[in-house]
Amino acid sequence: MSSALQKTPSSRSPQSPADAATSTGSTSAIELHAVSKTFGDAGSVPSLRDIELEVAEAEFVAIVGASGCGKSTLLRIVGGLETATDGVVRVRHEDVRGPGPDRGVVFQDYGLFPWLSVRENIAYGPKQRRLPRAEVDEIADRFTEMVGLERVSARFPSELSGGMQQRVAIARVLANDPAVLLMDEPFGALDSLTRLSMQTQLRQLCSDLGCTVLFVTHSVEEAVVLADRVVVMAGGPSHGTAGHIRTVVPVDLGFPRDITEPGFNEIKRVLLAEIFAEQSAQDVA
Amino acid sequence: MTRRILWALPFPIALVALWHVAVVQGWMTIIPVPKDVAVELWDFAVGGVYDSVYSGTLLTHVWASSSRVLFGFLWAAAIAVPLGILIGRNARTSAMLEPTLSLLRPIPVTAWVPLVLIVFGLGAGSAVILVFIAAFYPILLSTITGVKGVPERLIEAGAMLGTSGWRMLTRVVVPASLPTILSGMRIALGFAWVVVVVGETTGVPTGLGSTITEARETSNTALIIAGMTFIGLAGFYSDKLLVLVFRLMRRNRPLIAT
Repeated sequence: MSSALQKTPSSRSPQSPADAATSTGSTSAIELHAVSKTFGDAGSVPSLRDIELEVAEAEFVAIVGASGCGKSTLLRIVGGLETATDGVVRVRHEDVRGPGPDRGVVFQDYGLFPWLSVRENIAYGPKQRRLPRAEVDEIADRFTEMVGLERVSARFPSELSGGMQQRVAIARVLANDPAVLLMDEPFGALDSLTRLSMQTQLRQLCSDLGCTVLFVTHSVEEAVVLADRVVVMAGGPSHGTAGHIRTVVPVDLGFPRDITEPGFNEIKRVLLAEIFAEQSAQDVA
Repeated sequence: MTRRILWALPFPIALVALWHVAVVQGWMTIIPVPKDVAVELWDFAVGGVYDSVYSGTLLTHVWASSSRVLFGFLWAAAIAVPLGILIGRNARTSAMLEPTLSLLRPIPVTAWVPLVLIVFGLGAGSAVILVFIAAFYPILLSTITGVKGVPERLIEAGAMLGTSGWRMLTRVVVPASLPTILSGMRIALGFAWVVVVVGETTGVPTGLGSTITEARETSNTALIIAGMTFIGLAGFYSDKLLVLVFRLMRRNRPLIAT
């Protein structure tokens, strides 16, 4: 399976001259400054307050935190699916205004078009960009192969397993050559073995293509397996405080990562301590 | 398949047998025996038995009725589907049109008959208008339901893949609501056949509805039953045809909403 992911057909290199030209000195792919979000009227507790975060080109950042801390909302704001009440949201130095093909979102429930085949789902984005037919075909073939789904390319999503559907969803956004990949608990609905294999494949794919990834999960282990940095979020209206970033923990381990290694477990311990420290502090208060 | 046919056969055979016995025993008067109706059916369809004005005229009447159903239905679909999409997707259009449409909806088609006859006169035109009115609401309502029921996730997926404006309708909203629209159309087509028969009782020279109306005036009970049989068959096969058209349009893609 992972052999299909060994190819490195990247048409985009994150440090290409084009990027350098538009860059204003920093290499941030995603910049969030003083971002706040309040649902409902102005008096209610904000879901997010004063979020400061930068994600570098080709960096893989995971966001962990308890339910309701606003991690999915934050991701959706970067995707343009929600609008920030306040603050600056930039992707490749452009203000985010609504959803767009430069920010590929992978949803937990896939969001595939049920009336399109696997290959047509993958070809959807390039077709929307009105690329010439030959190019659309080439891209569709390349990404279908990249996620190892050539044999089921004519099937419809309802005929596939959850893991396969999610691979279609990943290929579908990668086919748009996005600046950033936004993944909202993408493996949350999969069984643990499929999940493990998907993590390996995703990490390989991202290393090959040099993707910039923002990855929301509530599995601390998944975050440490995949990410270069892990953002710990806390709070949320149901806890009486606004959702905020508690800390950011770098994961200085090589790939592939060994989940039984002491260094791995140490980082996991630190992250869990941060998550639970905030919770017990809230329980006392 | 043959098994299914074998299971389906005894019931109608028993019904026809009961009918025959009932007539022969004198439990039912006026109603002819099944054999007489079968002969009438044959004469109506192919001719050569009675040499009446109805002999061998089936195709003329079926076409007259079918074309009225077709025109009324197609006009209804052509207006109700775009309107339903607009109402389902646009809150302002919905606020503007839905109250009026909801008030007009409970007026039964049969209540429209006198008005339509006065305005459009006796004739085929009125039958088409009545079919239009009958088919319009089921198509409109199912389109609104289908469009409103498109999962928000699919809209989001379309948007983040670069779909916007008009293309969101044609690429995401319409394909996703097509199954619901189809089921509304099937109901509408059923109503259309009900109403075309009613419309044709009002003095139209051709059509299956006019055939059975005139057969009543000449007390030709066999022809009435023959006409009823063909109305049933026409309704049955037009539904099959509609589903087939959708199948061909979708080229065997799954007709499911989510």
